[in-house]
Amino acid sequence: MRRDIFQAIADPTRRAIISLIAVQAMTPNAIAENFNTTRQAVSKHLRILTECELVSQEQQGREIYYSLEINKLKELDKWLEQYRTLWENRFDQLDNLLSTIK
Amino acid sequence: MSTNSSFNFRVDKSKKTVYVTKEFAAGLSLVWDAFTKKELLDQWWAPKPFLSKTKVMEFKVGGRRFYAMVSPEGKQMWQLQQYTSITPKTNFKFLSVFADEDQTPHLPGSDWDLSFTEENGRTKVDISIYNESLERMERMMVMGFKEGFTATLNELDSILTSLK
Repeated sequence: MRRDIFQAIADPTRRAIISLIAVQAMTPNAIAENFNTTRQAVSKHLRILTECELVSQEQQGREIYYSLEINKLKELDKWLEQYRTLWENRFDQLDNLLSTIK
Repeated sequence: MSTNSSFNFRVDKSKKTVYVTKEFAAGLSLVWDAFTKKELLDQWWAPKPFLSKTKVMEFKVGGRRFYAMVSPEGKQMWQLQQYTSITPKTNFKFLSVFADEDQTPHLPGSDWDLSFTEENGRTKVDISIYNESLERMERMMVMGFKEGFTATLNELDSILTSLK
């Protein structure tokens, strides 16, 4: 199944996980401690985030640490910036129109 | 490109709402017309290189605007705006949905609320766009109408900045 970054951030728990691991790499157990949900549910979210390439895993001894892929996240900034730009361009056009029909 | 000092763009993730504010150097009547008359709307609504083509527009409560955003390749993306409330030269509201060429709406949509105020010959327009569905938000993003999640990103930004 193909996943994208928008799917990753569509869920509030996943957004919270992103915020958590932005600060430091964490194990699934440490992440799960922050939520009133099962370890299984957190694992599922982590799997989706991994499939979206938003997080990466690193084995350290017996533990797996999850960390955030910052560059992937920047894709989102780009989308939002475009939406903002759309409104700026739209209003620039209206500014021009208003000055010509006054 | 004009300076956009009077332009504000904000997303509130928890309210699933985008807020856009803009002040225009023109009187209220003119700005109101630019938002509510199709021959004026089509001149500015679509950001270049897209074109806005309004096929039907009945600006009254229960009426609708059926229009397409036309890409440079001629691809048409149809949208339907159904007017739910109109207070002349003050406010109007509509439900915006993606649609087929035959005006079949694709629910859910987004609720738009536009308010107009005039001061010293300038007109301020406050727009809020509420999306009930996150999936629709994603779709709007992908289609060039990208909404949502700035709040999350701002949170992250501040975290990332503090780590630098």
